[in-house]
Amino acid sequence: MRYPSFLQRTADRADVQPVRVLTFSINGVTVSAREDETILTVARQNGISIPTLCHLDGLSERGACRLCIVEIKGSPKLSPACVTLPRQDMEIITHSDRVMDYRRKILELLFTERNHVCSVCVSNGHCDLQALTVELGMTHVHYDYLHPQQMVDASHERFSVDHNRCVLCQRCVRVCDEIEGAHTWDVMGRGHLAKVITDLNEPWGESTTCTGCGKCVQVCPTGALSEKGKSVAEMTKKRLFLPYLKLMRGEEER
Amino acid sequence: MSRLKIATTWLDGCSGCHMSFLDIDERLLELSDKIELVYSPLVDMKTIPEGIDLALIEGAVSSEADKNELLKLRANSKILISFGDCAVTANVPGMRNHFSVNDTLSRAYVENSDSGKCLPSVSVPKLIEFARPVHEYVLVDFFLPGCPPPADVIFSTLCELLEGKTPSPITKTRFGA
Repeated sequence: MRYPSFLQRTADRADVQPVRVLTFSINGVTVSAREDETILTVARQNGISIPTLCHLDGLSERGACRLCIVEIKGSPKLSPACVTLPRQDMEIITHSDRVMDYRRKILELLFTERNHVCSVCVSNGHCDLQALTVELGMTHVHYDYLHPQQMVDASHERFSVDHNRCVLCQRCVRVCDEIEGAHTWDVMGRGHLAKVITDLNEPWGESTTCTGCGKCVQVCPTGALSEKGKSVAEMTKKRLFLPYLKLMRGEEER
Repeated sequence: MSRLKIATTWLDGCSGCHMSFLDIDERLLELSDKIELVYSPLVDMKTIPEGIDLALIEGAVSSEADKNELLKLRANSKILISFGDCAVTANVPGMRNHFSVNDTLSRAYVENSDSGKCLPSVSVPKLIEFARPVHEYVLVDFFLPGCPPPADVIFSTLCELLEGKTPSPITKTRFGA
């Protein structure tokens, strides 16, 4: 399992026994887990569902969306469950009013930062972002919409990228780097001005590194990356390749 | 028992939410004993009456006329519902917000027009800079997302309100539904 560099250091430490088992609690229930498992992993193993957007089984964790934030007793700040490792006797709360309130606010901010128009989107009805509004009970956005001017790059023969619908989860960046090994995608800019780019911010269709495999399109949680020729609500993503490839490669390594 | 006085309007929208309202079909007969449509594009009433119990607002706020209509309805209504995605998020009408009002009008009335080729100056309400959701102008009591909200959800929401309950439509509809 790959972690972000700051977590990988912990996992690589020679003075830490790699198989140490910790005991701690989630929502008052005592659980145990290996010390290199994230809070998100342990929660899911114990049937506790924490909402996520940037997380995808089979890819490294990025901690980009912050929707999986949880409360840890004794800590004033909320911690993202996908990149936080548990400690002995830690007390974690996953669904307090405070956490739910912040999750909804984060989701609302995602909607204000770009131009998400569900009704005319290729991914309408098959979108992770849209599904989260129902899961978190988001009825409307309390903030002013920014209505930023965003571009569409349809220069690729088979795919297009619509930055209006991007949530900067970086699933495309990770799958391209970690699974396909091409690293065509990356991120430029900072904060809400950040955007995903192909090569050195060149048109996707002119990319010399893109293999045209389409993995980025399939892992994209929204309609930002889509196949050409799909109309409203027609873009369903096929993600089964990811656990399959991970499994096959795992067997090779053994 | 007096009937619940309902007003509906469509601002910058396609009227699809009103069509979905009519898709309640024969259950409208059931409702007609309990509600009275006092102001709506569906009835012949030119001015907004006072003492409205429930106002359903379809569409984003895009023009001065939309704004005035909305403010009047809010002032005269006990409960106001943001009805459909355009009212809740600005939705498709909001897609013009990346362009100036003049560029938007030129696109429709000059570039893509076969005849006339001039910007409208009479009879058409003046557009304001941005199409914005209803709740950015007035207090909204309930939000009914959906493009359009399904007829079943509209019906159940009205029934819940008639029974004095707080409606919870987000579990039954969603943005873009």
